[in-house]
Amino acid sequence: MNTVVKHRLFWPVAMLVVLLLSNLIFTPTFFNVEVRDGHLYGSLVDIVRFGAPLIMVALGMTLVIATGGIDLSVGSVVAICGALACWRISEQGDQNSVGGVLVAVALALGLALLLGAWNGFLVAVVGIQPIIATLILMVAGRGLAQLITDGQIITINSSPYKRIGGGYLWTVPVAILIALAVMALAVLLTRRTALGMLIESVGGNAEASRLAGIHSRRITLMAYIVAGLCAGIAGLMISSNVSSADGNNAGLWYELDAILAVVIGGTSLAGGRFSIAGTVVGALLIQTLTTTIYTTGIPPETTLLFKALVVTIVCLVQSPAFRAKVFQGRRRRPAAPPAGPTAATTEKVEVPA
Amino acid sequence: MTEAILTMSGISKEFPGVKALSEVDFRLLPGEVHALMGENGAGKSTLIKVLTGVYDIDQGGIVLDGQPVSFSGPLQAQHSGISTVYQEINLCPNLSVAENIFIGREPRLFGHIRWSVVERRASELLRRLQLDIDVSAQLGTYSLAVQQMVAIARAIDISAKVLILDEPTSSLDAGEVQQLFRVMRQLKDEGIAILFVTHFLEQVYEIADRITVLRNGRRVGEYRTSELTLIDLIGKMIGKELEVLERLEDRPKRFQEVDVPLVDARELGRKGAVAPFSLTIHKGEVVGLAGLLGSGRTEVARLIYGADRADHGQLAVDGRPVTMRGPRTAMAKDIAFCSENRRTEGLIEELTVRENIILAMQATRGWTRPIARRRQDELVDRYVKALDIRPANPEALVRNLSGGNQQKVLLARWLITEPRLLILDEPTRGIDIGAKAEIQRLVAQLSDGGMAVLFVSAELEEVLRLSHKVAVLRDRHLIAELPNDDSLDVDRVMETIASGAKP
Repeated sequence: MNTVVKHRLFWPVAMLVVLLLSNLIFTPTFFNVEVRDGHLYGSLVDIVRFGAPLIMVALGMTLVIATGGIDLSVGSVVAICGALACWRISEQGDQNSVGGVLVAVALALGLALLLGAWNGFLVAVVGIQPIIATLILMVAGRGLAQLITDGQIITINSSPYKRIGGGYLWTVPVAILIALAVMALAVLLTRRTALGMLIESVGGNAEASRLAGIHSRRITLMAYIVAGLCAGIAGLMISSNVSSADGNNAGLWYELDAILAVVIGGTSLAGGRFSIAGTVVGALLIQTLTTTIYTTGIPPETTLLFKALVVTIVCLVQSPAFRAKVFQGRRRRPAAPPAGPTAATTEKVEVPA
Repeated sequence: MTEAILTMSGISKEFPGVKALSEVDFRLLPGEVHALMGENGAGKSTLIKVLTGVYDIDQGGIVLDGQPVSFSGPLQAQHSGISTVYQEINLCPNLSVAENIFIGREPRLFGHIRWSVVERRASELLRRLQLDIDVSAQLGTYSLAVQQMVAIARAIDISAKVLILDEPTSSLDAGEVQQLFRVMRQLKDEGIAILFVTHFLEQVYEIADRITVLRNGRRVGEYRTSELTLIDLIGKMIGKELEVLERLEDRPKRFQEVDVPLVDARELGRKGAVAPFSLTIHKGEVVGLAGLLGSGRTEVARLIYGADRADHGQLAVDGRPVTMRGPRTAMAKDIAFCSENRRTEGLIEELTVRENIILAMQATRGWTRPIARRRQDELVDRYVKALDIRPANPEALVRNLSGGNQQKVLLARWLITEPRLLILDEPTRGIDIGAKAEIQRLVAQLSDGGMAVLFVSAELEEVLRLSHKVAVLRDRHLIAELPNDDSLDVDRVMETIASGAKP
């Protein structure tokens, strides 16, 4: 039992379960999953399906944060890619042509790759602080998206494109399948190759990594490219789901939700160790919260406040320091996990000359 | 003799596990420049921090101007007349010179700052230091020397009894140092007592009236500069350590040089780091770098590894010139480098022992070709055993290891890459005596096996015990290359450091 509690993912998962269970109070059928018209159907399915874009963006964000950086531009990249794909499809004679849709998708993802590379270039090669470097695209990207859509909301009517975010394959929503595939890919890419360790090394100590011969620039560049690509996929999902591209509002504040998901998942904003599974749990938690707000009928003017409260509680409960403080006095025993039993005893005091 | 303005007696300070100061006496006379000398870790900074109230005193007392005092912080010390100017200038470069001098204590009238008074008084103050500059200009637009002078002006304006200068000259060039010394002499004539900390020996002899030497947290003695020769000073700073390490078996000290040196540095240099030097290292040879702190030992090591880029001269490996573009170039030539700063430039503390050990090897393979986990475990296992890394758990976080074991992890990282030249910068600093002996034995073994080693250490005995030849550095110049034959001992190396004329 103790080892379960001490697992890195225990608290994020526990909070997710609590949040899910609390929905039962308002919606007794919350956990029901059924097959209707050959489609999986139910609140849980909806959470994963609508959470898929956030999972995508948060996965890319995880790698960027692990290198010690941050990517504020992902929300804008979501908007740009959705806009480009929808614009390309709307220009086609036959919006239902599968070939045309594939070209649009390829174009959009290509651009996402390029935008990610631009961020990576600014951070790794030019040496601008990540928060500033990506702020450029965060602001300018909205403008770029509007340029593509000509300031309008582009509406399309393309059934092949609609399948990306709204379709089903083997009774499962396609968005979920895509999210699963990218998750699997991310795990393979980081844990089956040495990429994960090298990213953690660069994020943990950049100078030591350089002296150990790691091409930290390349690694950083790659993280931003992956983040851009993930945001691009999310952009396709979102625009496909509503069959339209809105340069202003698509992916708005996504970067913040994604950063939150990463942090809830246990990856430090300071860089270093990261957890892909943790990020997925974090993203699901945020989406569950959003869904809960809708299904329980919390008045719209208080949703933001409610969300903020829950997130604050989640973050506090996850913090070992907070738990120690709150529970120590009551149970009258030493704080459950002392921050680092060995760290405390081996810590040396540096005595400068 | 005049009455001391400041007397510290029997000062002791202990940190968990470290006795930083034990019963140190120190006094400062008005109108003198007093140099506080000692190697790294001797307790100079601790003494200053105890004096200025940064640390509490465990034992002992301070008397300032006849009154016993104890400060709870630098601010209080400053109000009582003790000001400190640190190596890194603690001013705001984005504010004007005048603002910097009067920040926090601006002359006010009905709550409004009287800027005309601020500027007039600031320029008067600086003119007293013979510094005629525009006080309304941003501090950051002036050179470091001027900024230092502004910091001093601020310090003496707040209080003018004792001025502590903690390594003020380390980032100044020769002309700027002279400018600073002129100001120091003037302040001295005004009766201010100046405590001066530096690593540059020549500067001590130029400016200081008296010297107090600390070693391992104890006061070795207080001397008049005119009565202490440079070689005696060095001897007192380093001390003759008792031979606690077990003797290594007698090794042939002579080294048969083959035709082509493994590494041949010709006139290699970098501005501001180390003057151009030439050095050859042969297969199986241990070359020691000796010199005091700040003499350029580390800089030489970093240039050969390519951690810093040289802007002068060239480097040849196997007789062929190599353009060092960075650590990767050196690694491709089988050169490895263990930095003196284990924590900041060596290990990734949040990764495990296993990950840290395979890091360099993995880096050369690139991320697409991971080392198979079974091979990782084999390699790590072998070196954890060979170097006796404790705990012998490859999945332990490096953060939680002791200094000696961390050093071994760093060594293992490079040993698995099977380098031909291993550069060790202070590999035995801050680790216990047992691990020290093990690492020394390992160096001897590796060199017997044909590996060349560049061994940098502040401990001369250690350098002499291991090296085939010793290169001596002083004030960022390589001044001599001494074959380690029977006639070479610590005294001769120290003599060389003391007497060495700049080439």
